[in-house]
Amino acid sequence: MEITGQEFKHCDLFKVQGRVDSATAPEFSKVLEKANTDGHFKLIVDMSELEYMSSAGFRALLAAQRNCKRLNRGELVLVSVPERIREALELAGFTELFKIFNDPLEAVGSF
Amino acid sequence: MPISTFPARFEFLDEIRNFVAKVAHEGGFTEKAIYSLQLAADEAASNIIEHAYQGVANASLQITCDMQDDELIITMRDTGKPFDPSNVKQPNLKADLSKRQIGGLGVYLMRKLMDEVRYESNAKTGNLLTMTKRKG
Repeated sequence: MEITGQEFKHCDLFKVQGRVDSATAPEFSKVLEKANTDGHFKLIVDMSELEYMSSAGFRALLAAQRNCKRLNRGELVLVSVPERIREALELAGFTELFKIFNDPLEAVGSF
Repeated sequence: MPISTFPARFEFLDEIRNFVAKVAHEGGFTEKAIYSLQLAADEAASNIIEHAYQGVANASLQITCDMQDDELIITMRDTGKPFDPSNVKQPNLKADLSKRQIGGLGVYLMRKLMDEVRYESNAKTGNLLTMTKRKG
């Protein structure tokens, strides 16, 4: 797993590549928590190059979404979710908890 | 029958998923089904590592993965504490964000992705998880 961050005026975009599972999810969580600690609560997770995500990754997303949405200070949204991962998110009932965009700029513009 | 023993550590989940994917691919499963099988195996192994072994050092996990007729059968054997997935409460998937449970999701996915999930615990031989998925 690899994560690269990009700051925009109103939000932060994180591109997560490779595989998020129980081994790598803690690092994924840490990056999202760090953004929150720095006072950034409008987050975009770009999944276009994500190959795999298990429920460990879903839990990291859920925890981050809770923290971002608290006090109406922001939101975490997803971009370019690969089909297989989207199916798993749907199965877990997670697609209702996150806005999903097809294009990173569309997501940036939503904030 | 393909059989392999892995250290019961999260860093080996990648290898466990590859092991299952290879057999499923040779067995003629679709890419979508192979992803499901990898996810189910990952969730099962993650639960064993986290709940059955709970950080025990040098623990291992024996996995078999085999095609029988049009079914793929995955078994996982461990010698940790009994962890019966059927005792895990199903998460409420309709709950709103604040009430959404963090636990139970892995077991829920295993059940949804596989056709059958069976668990046996034996004081002598340890715990045995058997998961089956039919082709097509």
